[in-house]
Amino acid sequence: MPQRGATVVFENVSKRYEGGAVALDDLSFEVPAGAICALVGPSGGGKTTALKCVNRLVDPTSGRILVDGRDVMSVEPVSLRRGIGYVIQQVGLFPHWTVEQNVATVPALVGWPEARIRDRVRELLDLVGLDPVRYRDRYPAQLSGGERQRVGVARALAAEPPLMVMDEPFGAVDPIVRERLQDEFLRIHDRLGMTVLFVTHDIDEAIKMGAWVAVIQGGHLVQYASPADLLDRPANDFVARFVGADRGLKRLALIAVGDMELRKVPTVREGEPLAGSGRPADGDPYVLLLDAQGRPDGWVNVERVPGGTFTKGMADPSSPLFARTTRARDALSGLLVRGVRTGVVVDDEDRYLGVVALDDLISLLGRARA
Amino acid sequence: MTPGEPLIRWDWVASHATEIATRVGEHVELAAIAVFVGFVIAFLVSLLVLRFGRLEQAATFLTGTLYTIPSLALFALLVPYTGLTILTAEIGLVGYTLLILMRNIVGGVRGVPAEVTEAARGMGLTRAQILWRVELPLALPVIVAGLRIATITTIGLVTVTALIGQGGLGYLILLGIQLFFSTPLIVGAALSVALAVAADGALVLAQRKLTPWTKGARALPHAGLPPGT
Repeated sequence: MPQRGATVVFENVSKRYEGGAVALDDLSFEVPAGAICALVGPSGGGKTTALKCVNRLVDPTSGRILVDGRDVMSVEPVSLRRGIGYVIQQVGLFPHWTVEQNVATVPALVGWPEARIRDRVRELLDLVGLDPVRYRDRYPAQLSGGERQRVGVARALAAEPPLMVMDEPFGAVDPIVRERLQDEFLRIHDRLGMTVLFVTHDIDEAIKMGAWVAVIQGGHLVQYASPADLLDRPANDFVARFVGADRGLKRLALIAVGDMELRKVPTVREGEPLAGSGRPADGDPYVLLLDAQGRPDGWVNVERVPGGTFTKGMADPSSPLFARTTRARDALSGLLVRGVRTGVVVDDEDRYLGVVALDDLISLLGRARA
Repeated sequence: MTPGEPLIRWDWVASHATEIATRVGEHVELAAIAVFVGFVIAFLVSLLVLRFGRLEQAATFLTGTLYTIPSLALFALLVPYTGLTILTAEIGLVGYTLLILMRNIVGGVRGVPAEVTEAARGMGLTRAQILWRVELPLALPVIVAGLRIATITTIGLVTVTALIGQGGLGYLILLGIQLFFSTPLIVGAALSVALAVAADGALVLAQRKLTPWTKGARALPHAGLPPGT
């Protein structure tokens, strides 16, 4: 059920209230089709107002918002909203409707046939990880916070909207559930490909979820950048403080070790004769011993082993193994915890790919500091 | 009452069974019409108040004033215009239900959690759809709470209308007072109380049927009596 994403363009959007209070001041940015864009900033800064301008819960006083090239002000609010998925922090499920009725809200409003709605509800509950048979007929009061949030996401996705706007969608659950919901949402987004605008006050969530991050403070767009750029080159002191003193570490969290340039080290196989291996040219006596399948056993100091052949028992397994998808931050932490300078990166079958060294990770950290 | 006379003479009850049944029927009719008409009026006024907030003060003042007029005086004041008729009785009875019903309908709708109506709006429900499909159903427990109070009050108040020639069971009570005869008085009063209890129970059952989502779940924040009732 992949969907198409809509482009969203903010053009000089401002919102002034009677009495002169300025909620938004000349916001301009563009979200490409299918991207997730996080609106982040301190509370009261205008990010929620900006989000609500998209589905016209708030109308801007000047400027335009174009969704797929069409000015939202030219669309009647009720039909505009039916085409945009909407999720809020408190979820706002209808307490008097079952899970099925809640998810079916928009399809029923726009008049889908009943059979299609039933199929769609089943599909969506599966998608958000709720067993349709068990959950379909429950009322919201019979769900946990995380389950409610999942139903809220399913409800917003029901009519296959090319655009979703979400206001602190993962804010009301505990940190463990939040992280799981974030991961599930990213997985859903991968499958469906809709464009997503979401508000958060949590910079880590913005960096994790967003392909684009809009930092909004005092009604101004302070910076609009990819998470990596935001961490590498914060636009001013405010953004630098907002992303945090640990932005170097946050930067590492965006990089998978498999995407780094891995070091190659001399390797030997179990059962190979010692004599043939020789001493590595650069003077480092250590070689990496691999088993028959190419899986690393550990390091062997060729100067300290007796004759014969390489065996698993000789290997020092103290270097941690990292999957390609391991975040550089987790790799750094893994090395520091073990007190070693290198980790071995392996593929999905645990076969040796290369080595990542503490120095490589630290030099990445340094790039963000510049 | 006459000394030596028993409080209830069952032979009188037995010989007047048909009349008692008729009076019960009249009583139910008077009360049901009053609560029904009162609800319709209160509902329409509530919709106006919910739509145009400025009307609330006027509506509360009017219904509140009606509520404070002593029932006896109200009926006496109406008789020159509407006579000793059922209309006179109903005008009074309906008047007393309005304040309670309106407060509970308006309060019930306003008590619907803001995030629920916000989500409804954000998903593209129209104003009317939000009112009829979301707010009013969710206000049901509070509305029914108001109906219960209005019904109980009205059933008690119907007896007073015996003074203007109506009154259902009130007729029996009045008869007992006039004849210095305790049996019809006690029968009338006891049946009036029994009717009130039965009507209240029926409304509780009806509410449980109408609001299945409140069953087995933790109480919704807006369930129960609003303050002041």
